[in-house]
Amino acid sequence: MKHSLSLQIGPVAFRIGSAWPKPLAALADLYAGYPEPDGICDFTVRLEPETAWRRWFRPSVAIHGDYVLPDAAPMSLAHGLLAAEMGMNLQMALGQKRYLLLHAASVEKDGRALILTGESGAGKSTLAAMLGERGWRLMGDEFALLDLEDGRLRAFPRAVSLKNGAIKVMERTVPADRFGPLLEGTPKGAIRHLRPRADALAAMAEPARPALILFPRFGEAAEARAVGQAEVFMRLTQASTNYVSLGGAGFDALTGLVAACPAAAIDYPDAATAIATVDALWEQVG
Amino acid sequence: MTGAALLVRALRDPDGLGDCDWNALIASARAEQLIGSLAFRLEGRALPLKVEAILDCARRDALQARTQALWEAEMTRRALAPLGIPVVLLKGNAFHAAGLSASVGRSVGDLDILVPRESLEAVEAALLGAGWERLKEADGYDDLYYRRWMHELPPLIHRTRDRMIDVHHNILPTTARPKPDAAALIADSVALESGLRILSPTDIIVHAAAHLFADGDLAGGLRNLWDIDRLLRDFARDPGFWERLGERARLHQLRRAVGLALRLAERLYLTPVDRRLAGRRRPSDRLFAARLLARNGWGQPVRPLLRLAFYVRSHWLRMPPLMLARHLWVKAGR
Amino acid sequence: MAGARYVADPEECVETVALDGLSVLFHRPSGMTHIVAPPAPQILEALRLGPAEAGEILARMRAWYDLEGDDAADAVEARLDELEAAGLVSRL
Repeated sequence: MKHSLSLQIGPVAFRIGSAWPKPLAALADLYAGYPEPDGICDFTVRLEPETAWRRWFRPSVAIHGDYVLPDAAPMSLAHGLLAAEMGMNLQMALGQKRYLLLHAASVEKDGRALILTGESGAGKSTLAAMLGERGWRLMGDEFALLDLEDGRLRAFPRAVSLKNGAIKVMERTVPADRFGPLLEGTPKGAIRHLRPRADALAAMAEPARPALILFPRFGEAAEARAVGQAEVFMRLTQASTNYVSLGGAGFDALTGLVAACPAAAIDYPDAATAIATVDALWEQVG
Repeated sequence: MTGAALLVRALRDPDGLGDCDWNALIASARAEQLIGSLAFRLEGRALPLKVEAILDCARRDALQARTQALWEAEMTRRALAPLGIPVVLLKGNAFHAAGLSASVGRSVGDLDILVPRESLEAVEAALLGAGWERLKEADGYDDLYYRRWMHELPPLIHRTRDRMIDVHHNILPTTARPKPDAAALIADSVALESGLRILSPTDIIVHAAAHLFADGDLAGGLRNLWDIDRLLRDFARDPGFWERLGERARLHQLRRAVGLALRLAERLYLTPVDRRLAGRRRPSDRLFAARLLARNGWGQPVRPLLRLAFYVRSHWLRMPPLMLARHLWVKAGR
Repeated sequence: MAGARYVADPEECVETVALDGLSVLFHRPSGMTHIVAPPAPQILEALRLGPAEAGEILARMRAWYDLEGDDAADAVEARLDELEAAGLVSRL
């Protein structure tokens, strides 16, 4: 491949090849300060032209790599950074077998982790990003990695994918040099990536023991209710792309997680309420 | 040496690997569906820590895939048992069910079974009654195409387990030139403890050769030839095996395919083969080998013209030229 | 269906974890996980004594648990069908 870049994110190393230099330049900017992998990578991502002539004429970026989605629609070169991010997501979703993957955000305080999970668009990424600016260490916004052996969470601090309204909210308090370019007109609207704080990056190799699971929902009247273990288990398996392929080890890890962590569903109308609720519940966990 | 060539070398001679481009090896293995096989071939050897971690995962994943494949076969057995007909497992699932060395690290896709042609309707009905469903509502042309010309029912998918099953009545399409003897395949099949069956050793090789050359454009060819290598090393211990293989290959009109499979396995994996059955080396063997090795260290397919040539060839083999033209025209019109 | 004898896999094939009122089962032969509610786990327990027809299963359960009414027989039949579809029990 003409151009390539390697990234180390938590315990996972990616090598990303591209037919065009621009997406990798944008990726390198966004991931400034991340450690460089020592050579051997866990996954390969490839950004390729959809057909040979689409390399130059109305460039169309198809996402390839070790693991592919057969019917994925290609993207414009302007969204090449997004294609690279989606490529990394795809490798994790389809190929990650070392850790149990939960579709969740996670933050850490005092060596213990808070897991934020739920449907896409419910606000967990944004809440995690905000907590990351208020004394919590951001461990990840898209995937939470549960270690099959010791039940601890590994950090996987990718750039946070902020969408639409959340972009302005974070822009108010976070310095501009931590943001990627504003990408408009994507299938999900406007997207802007946010690099985690330097201290989160410095600590990316440090695991944390899960202590609390929350199902956050933005845009509703403030409410908090406990969630039963069976419901938590079921919702977490639905939120996991690799649970089924991990067999008994996955079962043990997930039942262990559910048995050890209290869980609550929290609804909130605004950020301030969310953070106050999280702090209060975290205090109870003790 | 990068990509597919490195992969073949690693499988053939794991001890002679030394320090190599590990990223290229892993990407190629994944692209060729051979990461599990590679992981077991390299098991127990001194490898860089990172590589060992990746391959360890691949081994565990392969074992879980094996469990799921065996289970899918078992649930199919339960659904079809009341029919009292022979149900013959094919390809990867057969290797796993019989514990053949070809099953070590072998990835498995859909479940493929072979049943007598006259039982097809009953089999489909039994599967539909036991939780399988049609993939999509029968589309006039596609469905007609399948039922008239193919050697299998349109695929079914299980509604809760989300796994596909392909029910075959022969190992090649009706329109292909070689006409394997389906009744003989079933008559010579071997029963496993569970009651499910697999093809006889010689027929397994004939099928693998047919599948590789008469049914596909060689995509996945490196894996198929690795299967053939592993299978032959087991089966050839049996005296008289080569002679019987020659007889069965002729019976199923796949003599040339078997010869080609043997020559290519020998060429790539140094498989010991019977010289007479393999036949003398041909110039075209090099083209086949080149097509099989057409993948670089990033896992990308290379040599597009060569690939196109084989793609057209595969369709030409599957159906007569007039039919092919009509089929491609209808497909293009979509 | 009257007369069908059911059999379950041996105990070591299934790992069970209780989570507030429900049971989460890992079935080793299939690698699949199931969330089941009573009386399903009790049916599996009853079958540990050996293969049995629906009526016999019900009798075994009655010996250990307080099962009321005619509904119990219907519930057992329905759960047996589900357990069979899930592969946790099969007919002999």
